Amino acid sequence: MTNSFKKLLTTSSYIIFFVTATSAQEGKNIVGTNHSSFGLWLFAVIFIVPLLIIIGKLYYEFKMQVKANTALAKEGQVLKFTRYLKHLDRKQLGQFAKLKNRKDNNLDGSTNAKNVIALIILLTCSNDIFAQVTPASKPLTSQPGIIITIVLLLIPILLAVVFALMKANNAIRKYANISKEKEVGQFTTYVQTLNDPAIEAELLKRNDTADYNLTHTELGGTTLAEDSKGILGNISDKHTAHFTATKKKAITRPVLEPDITKLILWYLGCSAFWLVVGTGIGEYLGIKFVAPDTDHISWLSFGRLRPVHTNIVFWGWASLAMIGLGYYVVPMVSNAKIYSIKFGWVGLICTNIMVIAGSLCLMSGISNGGGEFREYIWPVMAFFAVALILTFINFFLTVAKRTTKEIYISNWFILSAILFTIVVALTAYLPFWQNGIGETIVQGYFMHSGVGMWFTLYVVGLLYYFIPQQLNKPIYAYSLGILAFWTQIIFYTIIGTHHFIFSAIPWWLQTVAIVGSMGMVIPVVAATINFTMTFKGHWNKVANSYTLPFFFVAVVYYFLVSMQGTVEAFKFTNLLWHFTDFTVAHAHAGFYGIITFALWGGIYAIVPRLTGKEPPQHLVGAHFWFAFIGLIFYVVPLSIGATYRGMLWMESKPFIDSVVVMFQFWIWRAIGGSLMFISHVIFAYNFYRMVTKETEPLDVTKEAFNQMELETPVAAS
Amino acid sequence: MNVFNDHKKLYSIAGLLFITLTYLTVIMPALQNQRNNAPLPGSVPLSGDALAGKNVYVAEGCVGCHTQQVRNVDMDKVFGSRPGIAADYANLKRMNVWQNTSTVMGTERTGPDLTNIGARQTSRDWLLMHFYNPRTVVPQSIMPSYEWMFEMKENPSKTDVVVNIPASFLEGKTGKVVAKPEVLQLYAYLLTLKQTSLPEGLTPMEFLYKKAEKAAATGSGKLSIDGKAMYAANCQTCHQENGEGLKGAYPPLKGSPVVNGDDLELYVDIIMNGYDPRPEYASMPAVGTNMNFTENEVAAIINYERTSWGNAGKKVTTEEIKKIMDFVKIKASAK
Repeated sequence: MTNSFKKLLTTSSYIIFFVTATSAQEGKNIVGTNHSSFGLWLFAVIFIVPLLIIIGKLYYEFKMQVKANTALAKEGQVLKFTRYLKHLDRKQLGQFAKLKNRKDNNLDGSTNAKNVIALIILLTCSNDIFAQVTPASKPLTSQPGIIITIVLLLIPILLAVVFALMKANNAIRKYANISKEKEVGQFTTYVQTLNDPAIEAELLKRNDTADYNLTHTELGGTTLAEDSKGILGNISDKHTAHFTATKKKAITRPVLEPDITKLILWYLGCSAFWLVVGTGIGEYLGIKFVAPDTDHISWLSFGRLRPVHTNIVFWGWASLAMIGLGYYVVPMVSNAKIYSIKFGWVGLICTNIMVIAGSLCLMSGISNGGGEFREYIWPVMAFFAVALILTFINFFLTVAKRTTKEIYISNWFILSAILFTIVVALTAYLPFWQNGIGETIVQGYFMHSGVGMWFTLYVVGLLYYFIPQQLNKPIYAYSLGILAFWTQIIFYTIIGTHHFIFSAIPWWLQTVAIVGSMGMVIPVVAATINFTMTFKGHWNKVANSYTLPFFFVAVVYYFLVSMQGTVEAFKFTNLLWHFTDFTVAHAHAGFYGIITFALWGGIYAIVPRLTGKEPPQHLVGAHFWFAFIGLIFYVVPLSIGATYRGMLWMESKPFIDSVVVMFQFWIWRAIGGSLMFISHVIFAYNFYRMVTKETEPLDVTKEAFNQMELETPVAAS
Repeated sequence: MNVFNDHKKLYSIAGLLFITLTYLTVIMPALQNQRNNAPLPGSVPLSGDALAGKNVYVAEGCVGCHTQQVRNVDMDKVFGSRPGIAADYANLKRMNVWQNTSTVMGTERTGPDLTNIGARQTSRDWLLMHFYNPRTVVPQSIMPSYEWMFEMKENPSKTDVVVNIPASFLEGKTGKVVAKPEVLQLYAYLLTLKQTSLPEGLTPMEFLYKKAEKAAATGSGKLSIDGKAMYAANCQTCHQENGEGLKGAYPPLKGSPVVNGDDLELYVDIIMNGYDPRPEYASMPAVGTNMNFTENEVAAIINYERTSWGNAGKKVTTEEIKKIMDFVKIKASAK
C-alpha cells in the first residue's frame, strides 16, 4: 500500500519536473530570439507594479503591527492590564467569576508555525504562475489578439493571486501575534493573582448584569405553532456534521405523461451512451499522440478514428441530448402537449442509425471527402435530415397549439436552430456548388454553422429556460434575448470562411468573415449579460444546487470561448495559431465548456423530476470537478504549446522541431482527457442511478399507503 | 409587436434571413468560383493509380493532419514556391455518386503541408519506409504506421516492390516486406502533388508578412543562413540527425569521401541534381533543384556537413559555390 503510493508520488513528481524543465528550456530557445521591450513594460505596468504595491502595503502593515506591539510593551504593564480588564466580554466575565470561586482555568494559545509555512508555499506558488505567463507574453504583446487572450487567461490567475495575498495577509497578522503571546502569559498570572477588592467587585457586578437573558418567548409564548396550511416544508431536525454541503433536491412537479417521459429518458440515455463511447475513442486518440505505435490496425488508425470521435460526440451525444431536453422544454414553455410522440421515436431511431452506420463507414474507410464534420456520406447523413425535419414539424406544431400568447424566447432559439440546421445540411450536401474551391467555401460555412447555428443557438435556447427555472426567477431582460437572437443570425452566418484566412478563397469573403467575427461580440455580450444578471442576487443558490454550477460554467465559457473565437479571426493571431493545436483546444473549450456542461445541467435538472430519483450527490460533485479540472488541463497546455509551435513556424524552423516541442503538451492533454473521460463514466453511472428501478431502499410509509390505496380504491371525487 | 406572438411570422422571417445570408455568403460565391476558375494550362487531372491513391488519401483521413494549401504568408513559403490560387483546385470535381468533391485543403498541420510534396520528397524507398513505420526514418515522428498496406513474403517475385525495413521494426516477423497496391497508389498520388507553374506573363501573388531581412542586420549577410536548420529541413529525414544514414537505405555522411573530399563539383551536383550510383542505397532526388537552393544555402549545408559528426572538410565560400552551381546547372540541362 505505502509502496505503491510512494511509486505513484515519484512518478507524478517526475512527470511534473520533466515537463516544467523542458518547458523552461523551450521557453528560452524560442522566446529569447527577438522581442520588443514594450511587451515587458506593459506586463510590468499592469501586473507586477500593483503586485509590488500590495506586497509593500502588506509589509508596511506587518511593520506597524510589530511596532504597535513593542509600543504596548513599553506602556506601564498594570495600567495596560487594567485597560484590558475594562473590556472583558460576557464569557470572560463569567470565567473571571468562576476563577474567583477558586476554580481552575486554562487559557490556550495556538501555534503559528503552520501558517508561516503556508505563507511561503503560497508565495512561491504565485511566483510560479508568473513565471509561466511571462515568456509567452514577451515578444507578442504588441498584438491586440494576444493581449485579449492573455487578459482572458489572466482573469482567473489574478483571482488566484488575490486569494493568495489574502492568505498572506492573514499569515502576517498571525505572525505579528507571536509577540503578544508572552503578554498573554503575564496577563494570566496577573488575573489569577489579582487582589484588588474594588476591581473585583466591579467585575463581579458586571458579570451579574451580563448574565441577564431574554427568554426568547416573550413575544411568541410557549404554545407550539400549528401549520394548518402546510406552508413550512423541508424541515430538518437532524443536526449532524456533514462532509459536503447538502444540495437542494429537485422540486417534485406534477408527473409528466409516462409516454413523453419514456421518450425523453431514451433520448438522454442514448446520448449518455454515445458520450462514453465517443470520448473513450477521443481518449484513445489523445494517447496515440504520445504513443503512436499503440496499434497498427487499419480500423483503429488515427486518421479514421478522429472523425469517428468528433462525429459521435456531435451527433450521438450532444444532438440527442439537445433534442431530448427539447422534448421537455418546448411543450413546457408552450404550456401544451407535444404534437406527436411517434415523430420523436422515429427521430431517435434515425439519429442512432446515422451514428452507428457513419462510424462503421469511417472505420472501414468510407469518407465523404475529408471536410471536418462532413465526413459521413450523404446516405448516412440523410437519416439525420429525416430526424431533424420530423423534430421541427413536431416542435412547430406544438408551438402552434400553445396556450400562452407569446412564444417564449427558448422556443425562438430551439426551433430556429433546427430550421437553420436543415438549411445548413442541405447546403453542405447538395452537389451543385461543390466543385473546386466552392467545396472549401461550403466547408467553412458548414463546420462553422454546425457549431454556431445548431449547437450554440439550441443550447442558448435551453439556457433561457433552465437558468430562470433553476433560480426560480424570470430572465433578466427579454429585449437582450431578442437582440442576441437577431445579431447571432446576422453575424454567425457570414463568418464560416474565417477558417480559411489567407487561403485561395476570394479576399472579400475572408474580409466579410473577419468583420462578422468582430460583430459576434454583440450577441455574446448580450446573452452573457442576460444570464449573469439573472444570476445576480441569487448566487447563494449556486452553492446549494447541483445543477446551477454546470449552467454557470457554461455561461462563463460561452463568454470566454466566443471572445477567443473573435480574437482568433484577427490576421496576426491567425498566422500564429492557425493549423496548430490551438484550434483543437478552442474547439474543446467551446464544445465541452459550453455545450456539454449546459446539457449536463439540463439532464440533472429534469431527470429527477421525471423519475423521482435523485443522483448520488457526491458523485455529481465528482463528475463536475473531474470534468472541470480535466478541461483546464486539456485546454491550457495545448494553447501554450500551440503558441510555441506557431512561433517556430513563423521563424521557418524545421517542421520536426515543432513536433518535438508539442510532445510534453500532448502528455498534459492526455492527462486532462483522462480526467474528462472519468467524469463521463461517473455521469453515466449517475444517469443509471436516476432511472434505475432497483436501487432505492423500500420506503415503508409510502409502500404501506400505496397498498392501502390498492386494497380500498378511493372513489374519484 | 406581432412577430413575437405569431409563430408563422417569426420562423419565416428568421428562416428567410438565414437563407438569404447563406445564399449571399456561401452559395453565390461558391457558384461564381466554380464557374469563373479554369484549371491552369499545365495541370493534369488525376487518373489511374494517382486517382486511386487520392481515394486512399481520403479514406485514411490524411486530411486530419496534413493541409494542402500554401497561404500567401511568408511562413508558408517552405511548403511551396507561390501562394495557392483558386485555379489550383479547379480540376477537382465530385468523386462519385457517394462522395463529395475533396479539395483536402485541411485545417490542421499536425504534420507538414503536402501541396508540393511531389517536388520535395520523391524517393519511393523513403516514402514506403515512412508509410510502413514513420519512425524508421524520422524517430520523432508521431504519424501512424500503415503496416496493413504491406505484406510479408518469403520469396517475393520480380514485380514485387520490396521495402528494406530495419529488423527492429519488424517485431519478429520474418521474410521480405512487400508493398501492396494501395500504398503504391498513395505513392503515385503524392508524386502528382506539385505546384503547377503559372502561365507566362502572370506573376504569382506576393507572400505577406515577410520577416525583416536578418542577413542585413548581421552585417556581412553572406553566411548568415543556419546550415543546421537547412540540413534538418532538407537532408535529415534520410541522412539522419547523426549523419550516419540508415543501413541498407541511406548512406552515411559521417566520414563520407564526397563530403570530406576535394571534388566540390560532384558534391554540389549531388545536392542540386540527385545521385544514384550504388544499388545498395536508395536513389537521391534532385533536392536542391526542387527546393530552388541558392548558393548561400548550398554553402551553408556543405559547411555544416563538413564540420559536423567528426568530419573535417575544408570550409567553402559562397563565391566558390556560385561558380560551380552555374556550371552544374548547364550540365543538368544538357542531360
